[in-house]
Amino acid sequence: MTAPAIELKTINKRFGPVWANRDINLRVMPGTVHGIVGENGAGKSTLMSILYGFYIADDGQTLVNGQELTIQNSQQAITAGIGMVHQHFMLVEPFTVLENVMLGMEGQGLLSRARGKARKALNDIASRYGLNIDPDAIVGDLPVGLQQRVEILKALYRGAKILILDEPTSVLTPQEAGQLFEILESLRSQGVTILLITHKLREIMAITNHVSVMRAGQMVAHRDTVKTNPEELAELMVGRKVLLTVDKEPARPGENRMTVDKIGYVDSRGVKCLKDISFSLRAGEILGVAGVTGNGQTELMKVLSGALSPTSGSVKLETRSGVQVLKVGEWPDAGQMRDYSIGHVPEDRLQQGVVKSFDASENAILGYHNKPEYGQPLLNPEKVVKATREMMDAYDVRPQLPSMKTANFSGGNQQKLVLAREMMKEPDILLIGQPTRGVDIGAIEFIHRNMIEARDKGAAVLLVSVELDEILSLSDRIIVMNDGAITGEVVASETNETELGVLMTSSADGDEPKLQKHGLQKEPEKEKEEVVV
Amino acid sequence: MDMLDHIFSLLGASIRMATPLIFAAMAGIYSERSGVVDIGLEGKMLFGAFAAAVASFETGNPFLGLLAGIVICVLLSLMHGYASVKIRGDQVISGLAVNFLASGLTVTLGHAWYGQGGLTPALTNSQRFTGITLPGAEWLGAHVPVIGPFYEQVISGHNLLVYAAFAVVALTYRALFSTRFGLHLRATGEEPNAVDSAGISVAWVRYRAVLIAGVLCGFAGAYLSIAQNAAFQREMTSGRGYIALAAVIFGKWHPKGALGACLLFGFLQAMETRMQNVQIPMIGELPSQLFSAIPYIITVVLLAGFIGKAVAPKAIGVPYVKER
Amino acid sequence: MSQLAAVESPRWVRIGLIPLLQLVLALAVSSLVVLMIGEDPIRAFKIMIQGAISTEFGGLSNTLYYTTNFIFTGLAVAVASHAGLFNIGGEGQAYVGGLAVAIVCLALDSTLNVWLIAPLVVVGCAAFGAFWGVIPGYLQAKRGSHIVVTTIMFNFIAMAFMSYALVVWISPLGGNSTDSRYWAADAVLPKWHEMASSFGMNASFSLLNPVLLLALACCVLVWVLIWRTRLGYAIRTVGSNPHAATYAGINANRIIIITMAISGALAGMMAVNEVYAAQGRLILNFTSGFGFMGIAVALMGRNHPFGIVLASLLFGALYQGGTELQFEISSISPQMVLVIQGLVVFFTGALDRLVREPVESLFQRRAIVAANASTGVAK
Repeated sequence: MTAPAIELKTINKRFGPVWANRDINLRVMPGTVHGIVGENGAGKSTLMSILYGFYIADDGQTLVNGQELTIQNSQQAITAGIGMVHQHFMLVEPFTVLENVMLGMEGQGLLSRARGKARKALNDIASRYGLNIDPDAIVGDLPVGLQQRVEILKALYRGAKILILDEPTSVLTPQEAGQLFEILESLRSQGVTILLITHKLREIMAITNHVSVMRAGQMVAHRDTVKTNPEELAELMVGRKVLLTVDKEPARPGENRMTVDKIGYVDSRGVKCLKDISFSLRAGEILGVAGVTGNGQTELMKVLSGALSPTSGSVKLETRSGVQVLKVGEWPDAGQMRDYSIGHVPEDRLQQGVVKSFDASENAILGYHNKPEYGQPLLNPEKVVKATREMMDAYDVRPQLPSMKTANFSGGNQQKLVLAREMMKEPDILLIGQPTRGVDIGAIEFIHRNMIEARDKGAAVLLVSVELDEILSLSDRIIVMNDGAITGEVVASETNETELGVLMTSSADGDEPKLQKHGLQKEPEKEKEEVVV
Repeated sequence: MDMLDHIFSLLGASIRMATPLIFAAMAGIYSERSGVVDIGLEGKMLFGAFAAAVASFETGNPFLGLLAGIVICVLLSLMHGYASVKIRGDQVISGLAVNFLASGLTVTLGHAWYGQGGLTPALTNSQRFTGITLPGAEWLGAHVPVIGPFYEQVISGHNLLVYAAFAVVALTYRALFSTRFGLHLRATGEEPNAVDSAGISVAWVRYRAVLIAGVLCGFAGAYLSIAQNAAFQREMTSGRGYIALAAVIFGKWHPKGALGACLLFGFLQAMETRMQNVQIPMIGELPSQLFSAIPYIITVVLLAGFIGKAVAPKAIGVPYVKER
Repeated sequence: MSQLAAVESPRWVRIGLIPLLQLVLALAVSSLVVLMIGEDPIRAFKIMIQGAISTEFGGLSNTLYYTTNFIFTGLAVAVASHAGLFNIGGEGQAYVGGLAVAIVCLALDSTLNVWLIAPLVVVGCAAFGAFWGVIPGYLQAKRGSHIVVTTIMFNFIAMAFMSYALVVWISPLGGNSTDSRYWAADAVLPKWHEMASSFGMNASFSLLNPVLLLALACCVLVWVLIWRTRLGYAIRTVGSNPHAATYAGINANRIIIITMAISGALAGMMAVNEVYAAQGRLILNFTSGFGFMGIAVALMGRNHPFGIVLASLLFGALYQGGTELQFEISSISPQMVLVIQGLVVFFTGALDRLVREPVESLFQRRAIVAANASTGVAK
């Protein structure tokens, strides 16, 4: 019997009091695709970082091809034939593909000869695995899918026989993801061992030979992919039966609250992020926005919440504060939007929703800090703390310490504080982005229940989420976005993941998808002198 | 020919004024391209100037003076590197600390050792780097029109360190864009994560960069005290470190651009003394202060994006912490 | 687990013990310098302390006079850094503030008395300082130029501009070639020793004057501004998380500009003490590093007005002690203070983590052990 490509024995890793990895055992057979699934924060990335020498395990053994190794830095991992494609690419954007690939592997002090050798080797690898790319393209100009390809080429160029991919599809369009999976197939057929880290069960089922499940820092199960199913894996990931549907009454939509008319946004680089978005949102309904991350949902939320001014179109608001028609050029800021009775739970809590270094009570008034109820003319800390206590009570934020630094609350509790802040004002319109990102299972149910409750009380809710399950189970209607445009609208009770998937990848205006435009075909060889950055 | 003489002597003076700026700007480029902000150029130059003057006076050998300047600047660089790389402290604050320390220590030590309020004793010519007449300069100057005097007055007659400064620019250019070290250096200033994951030590790249910056600051300082002048005076750098920083920005972190900026700023400094009491038709006398302010003003204007855009290395000023 | 992460080291450790340890380190290294030049550091510090607190020769009141300068420049750095801005331009802002004093006094000191002139001077200094701070603020907010570099450049532009102003405009009106004339005596605030003698007390000559009270009032105002006003809330939000500011409807660019105006105004007011009250005339380079010292003061005082008062006292004492030192030990230059300043900036600023991390983790571990013992939970 051949030795496993990778064997981990009782790996432990602690960060302070937190066990990131505990008693991890893992065997990965050569020439297979081995999936590692788990929720966010289950310890997958830490484990892979240990394997790649970014972290050093507190104890435990690592065997690569049957030989015990202590991998203390990436260099040793590379020498052992391990390559890694990180979730956030490790690429120098102003450098060319060639320079990125040869970085750290130049072999000699002078670049002119190093470039020649690297170019030849890169071409060999590219043709062997079918990974075509222009070696002289500036990496920063390439689309994300090709940048990822550069990452794979980097690993292969370093002689990787074992390739770790960390959430590789999180930034890809479905087409790009498809191409990636073809590449992985081809790599496997050439004998490369692949470790695929993901939290998407669909990907596990589609490509892996074996799968290991992680939960809360521990390895809870190993399965052959053909002998398991998504339901079992999901249950293993969360440790109990997942309720995929949320109990709710049918919606009783009322009058229009928000009418979005041909909103467009072109960013500073000239990219059309939003293309003529039109829809209406009514009281007492949840409208879900489905789509792969980066297809305009973020910009849409920013425009509707006042964080960003659109470049075309208008929005009509009909709320308790009257009828407003918002136009380009006089777009309200986020403070004014709140005055128009719009609550906003931002997609990225830590980036936008809270200030980590503030006390919980200070974050409890973020965005509402100008309201006179928090003291006049100066802010009155007693009043702020009292309001915070009420929020913490109603939304079960723990610990109930308004003076505790926000960074010291767990992700779920931070999110509950943000939800309390935005929802307890009972605004007519609620914009909610990724409500359960980084939140534990218990809190997810709580959050979902509260959203339904808000709907039933008459709020008009716009929900943006990358989790299709969440969209399907919470929404009454669903609009699907792709490449900045709405590609379809469906009734939630009459659709399924497959239909949404098709809409998420179809184009609204017949534009050629971005992917094909960029250097997939090899350009004629030319010797570039140097890159001046 | 009188006019031509004026112009050539102005150009020659510009080069001499630009020399310390060139050394310091190249130092800044190494440091900043690796991602370490170097506000401390001023302090390093100052301390280097002091050390060079002291060592040159005590040993009588300007080369030992230069060496002492380099050693001291390398020590200050290590201090900055330790704070910036190892402790991951604020690089601007660390640089300021270097500047404060240098301006305090030079005077304190100078005062304690020589008791002249921070001045070091005057150096004789044998303790300094003095002008070198290049072969054929006199003959060409006397016999060939225009080009001859240009060679004699602008190219020839400078001290060794002036020529070294230009050599350093060429070397820096080669090092940055044609060597493995340069590739690593530039990558570290842009995307240290990529460098780390390629198995290259970010810390080691940055330490080497600040060490080179130290060596070059030593040259800059020594030039001031034992080549251009004949003693160390209190605060003798008088903002040259900051002008060099401005030149780095103005030259968009590129050796060629920075060289151009240094020559321009050197030219302005040379003009400052020459334009006193000179009446310009229509305008009258230009205030000498204007010339000393221009480098700063045009750097502000450039940074504000009114003339082109200076884009700093992406990871500049950010301590490298491995991603979790 | 989330509760363990919540354990912070006690407040007195974070804002008391750690800065103190860093100061001790800085002084220890300074002692090495004193040793190096062949003097006894203990004796030197003794002389400095005596010089700084003696009431007999006006030591204490001069300490307080320096303190006044440092409070202004320290507050200037602190306010800006609450908005995430590193204002290195205090030196230039204070310098330009001096021009306001000269304009007001040269124009009006023969016609107006001190009660009318003093407020004008305060407003003028604040306005000029604010102007010099607001330009880099504007360029940062609207043009994206980095505030650190721009404020440095503005220090030098101020130097060139002020020396031009002094030589070409001001000194021809009276005074030396680089100074203005003295302001009329009855247009200037009385100094502490003058006030004391009018009450029948005997105080030795010093430059201490009532502007210290203005500085202390500014401390209170800054505290209210930062922690009680909505503007302060906005400033801190912008400083800690600009994205959250946009999300909250706070216009970060506007806040940056306003903050730099306030910061510049505070720095500019240093000239009220130095140029208007203490020196009584405008002198070339009167700021002599006081603006830069604000950085050390703010670092040491952790950007809190109370801490800034303490740090200003400390640096005031160092300055005054340093000037005394040269009379007692002639081989030690008063520039020794700059060495201490540099080391304080280095240890409290750049090397902050060196001391902070081990000390904090020590107290965190102790707190965790105590928490586990009290709840009986073994983790």
